[in-house]
Order: sequence, then structure tokens, then C-alpha cells
Amino acid sequence: MRKALTSAAAVALVVAGCAGMEGNDAELQKQAAEVMKRDFHARGIAKMDRLNQDELQRVCTETRDNPSPEVQKRLEAAEMAKIKLPADGQYLGDWKQGRSIARRGRGMAWNDKPGKTSRGEPNGGGCYNCHEMSPQETSFGSVGPSLRAFGKTRGYGVEIQKYAYMRIYNSKAFSACSTMPRFGPSHSLTEQQIKDVTAYLMDPNSPVNK
Amino acid sequence: MRDATTLWVMIVLAAGFTAPAAAQTDPKTAEEFDRFRAIMEEANPAELFEVKGEELWKKKRGPKNASLEQCDLGLGPGVVKGAYVQLPRYFADTDKVMDVEQRVVHCMITLQGFKYADLAKRPFSSAKATPDPISIVTYIAAQSKGMEIAVPQSHLKERETYALGREIFFYRAGAWDFSCASCHGQDNLRIRTQPLPNFTKADQAPRSFVGWPGYRMTGGVMHTLQWRLNDCFRQQRFPEPGYVSDTLTALLTYMGVNANGHEYNGPGIKR
Repeated sequence: MRKALTSAAAVALVVAGCAGMEGNDAELQKQAAEVMKRDFHARGIAKMDRLNQDELQRVCTETRDNPSPEVQKRLEAAEMAKIKLPADGQYLGDWKQGRSIARRGRGMAWNDKPGKTSRGEPNGGGCYNCHEMSPQETSFGSVGPSLRAFGKTRGYGVEIQKYAYMRIYNSKAFSACSTMPRFGPSHSLTEQQIKDVTAYLMDPNSPVNK
Repeated sequence: MRDATTLWVMIVLAAGFTAPAAAQTDPKTAEEFDRFRAIMEEANPAELFEVKGEELWKKKRGPKNASLEQCDLGLGPGVVKGAYVQLPRYFADTDKVMDVEQRVVHCMITLQGFKYADLAKRPFSSAKATPDPISIVTYIAAQSKGMEIAVPQSHLKERETYALGREIFFYRAGAWDFSCASCHGQDNLRIRTQPLPNFTKADQAPRSFVGWPGYRMTGGVMHTLQWRLNDCFRQQRFPEPGYVSDTLTALLTYMGVNANGHEYNGPGIKR
């Protein structure tokens, strides 16, 4: 009987322990950050501050990309405020340059250089890693939605140009826990590069719209 | 041995022509590559590293001039058969959960007198050299061929390590806000034409375990999961994780437990 009680108590402890573990994600998240900060080291351009979560990264981790509507709205407003529109009011650059940025997936990793890939080219946007764009490019990912005929289906007007520019600059202004990187705020792409990619989506002569 | 070398050269040559094409083209080519891989697995160059690893396991080496035959991989000193599919696991002597490579390095340090700093200096294979722990892990892995993946969860620390690994898996940070789950937390995702297994689901999680360690035809080198996770973090735009660090053990525990029940078919072959 005593033995049975002891095992019952042990089971209860284990169950309580598990419940505590499952229920206390903030504590676990803190522990994960501590372990990673102890185990990682800076290498090349990838410094240790990259492990520090900003509020958006922390909330998206904590909620598994499902924040409450109020929190989501607040995060998106903060991201919106980070978007710098082009001073000259021009959203479209050179679609041919945009195509090579869309194709290139390198940049920002520890073996890359500041603003450049390990091969010395400007950072890529990696668009094709996740999105379908031009019908001529058959190797495309499926993490993000298809952008095929982007301008053709939405119209080539300046409002859509502006929207595309903003979305590339900081997708999290529109969807807080989106998988898409914040290319402007993270200094991954320059203003000119973002214009070039916008042109690749929005120029009527771009293969994306053919 | 001469035959094996000739075969190996042929395979490397074939790989050199085939692998880059397969990496960039349509899903049909990916299917053809899978068929090609099935044929290659019949004569996987990983076997050469198994042989080298067995020699390294049994030979007296290091400042203490000892073999690894007293190394306890979790099933008792010197027991290699079945150890790989039950790692990571809790070890009482270190009072922590360790994965296979962390344990091998631990044994090389404690039994043979090697230094961690020396082993961590160049931990991954290159065209020029294959570090000893990689051959040793390949040998250990081969002794679990055909066995069921059974990463234990009976010890409290094993369950805590699983929970920690899950949290690291979902930890979003870095220049591009990625976590492991950004690529490996949903079904049917692809980067370019490369399908991404969803490691949170039992039906796909075995792909984090099966096929590793793997002989990678691109470059013709043998890699373990230590390399694979290191390269994931590079692409995640994170700083670099330490070699055989607890972060990696936790992730390997999370993914390994999710893969439990699936058959392990020994060291594999990669594009």
C-alpha cells in the first residue's frame, strides 16, 4: 500500500512536472535563449546580438505565430512606422536588376560580407526560394504565395506600386508573424534594390507580367 | 580495397556530373535523383568511413594511448550495436543528455586524452580531410542498421531536453526572423525545388534521422547531423552554434523523439 502510494505520488509529480513544462512557455523560451547565448559564438557578420529577440520575434515565438488581434495590430503599426518611402517618390527601378535580386538567395549569413554575398555580389532577396514569379523560372519555392502576373492582375497603378514596395520593404507591417524577412529594416536590401524588385513585379515589360 | 577505391572514384565522377543538375531542376529530375540515390545506396561510399571508424574505435590512440572500447554509448561500455538509434539519451556519469557525437567527443577526451579545442577547430569534413569523430559516428550508426528509432524519454532530463529542443526549434531571431519552424514546421513547403520535411509531424520527422550520417556527393564528403544543423543555422542567418553543444543535443532530441518508431537504415547518401 505504501509502495502504491509512493508510486502514485511519483506519477502525480511527473504529471505536474509535465504540465508545468507544457504550460510555462515563457519560462522555457527564456531558458532556450540562455542556452543558445551560452552555446553560440559570433562568426563573420553574424554577431551574437542576432540571438536577441525584438518584441515581434518574441511574441511570434511565444504565440507560435498566432498573436491576439490587438497585439498583432500594435506590432504591425510599429513595423509600418519603420518603412521609409523613396524620397523621389519613384517606386519602380530596373526590372532586370530586380530579376537577378529575386534569383539570388545569398547574403546576410556568417560566410557573407557586409551588404554583399560571399562571392562579392550585392545581397540577394531570395524571392524565388519561396515564391513563384516569372513563368520562365521553373525552380521556385512554395513557402510564400505565387506572385505570377503580379501587376497584370492587380493593375499597374501607383497605389499598387507603393503597396508592393512597402510589402518588400517590410512584410511584417501587413502580417506581423509572416515568414518573410524585413528586407528594409534589416538592411538586407537597399532602397534601390527594393525599387528594382518592385519593378520586377510591377513593370508591364517584366516577364512576371507576361 | 582496390575495388572499393575504383568504385568510389566512379561514384564521385558520376556524382560530379549528376548532382548539380538535380539540385536546380524540376520535380521530375528530383524523382530521377531519388532513383539514382537508391542505386547508389547499394554501394554507398559511407562504407569506407565505417571501416575507418571501426579502426579508430579499436585502436589505442591519443595522449593516454587507449582505445574507445570502454566508451559507454548508453548500453554499457563498448556496446555499439543498437546504440545509435537510442541517442540522444541521459548519461549518469555526466548527469546530462548527450547525442552520439557529443558522447564520442566526451569519450575521446576522457578515455584517450584528446582536447576539445583541437577537436572543435575543424569539426567538419572537407575535400582534404575527414575528422575522426565523423568516421567513428558513421561506424556507430552502421551498427544500428535495420533497427527501430527509439530515442528514450524515461528520464526527467530527457523530457526536459525534448521540451528545450522544441522551444529552440520555434525560436525566431536573427537578421531574417527565422526559426527552424519557418522552413520545417509546415507541410508541403519547398525552397526552390527542394521539399522541406515538417519535423513537427511524426510522418515526416524520420527524415531528420534517416539518411544520416550521409555521404554528400556535392564535394564528395561524409557529414553527420552536427554539420547539417550547423549549416541550417548559417542559412537561418544566426551566429554559429558551438560544436557538440547542448543546443544541438536538444534539437536532436526533439527531432529524434518525433522520429521514434521508424526504421533506421544506416548511413545514407545525399545530393
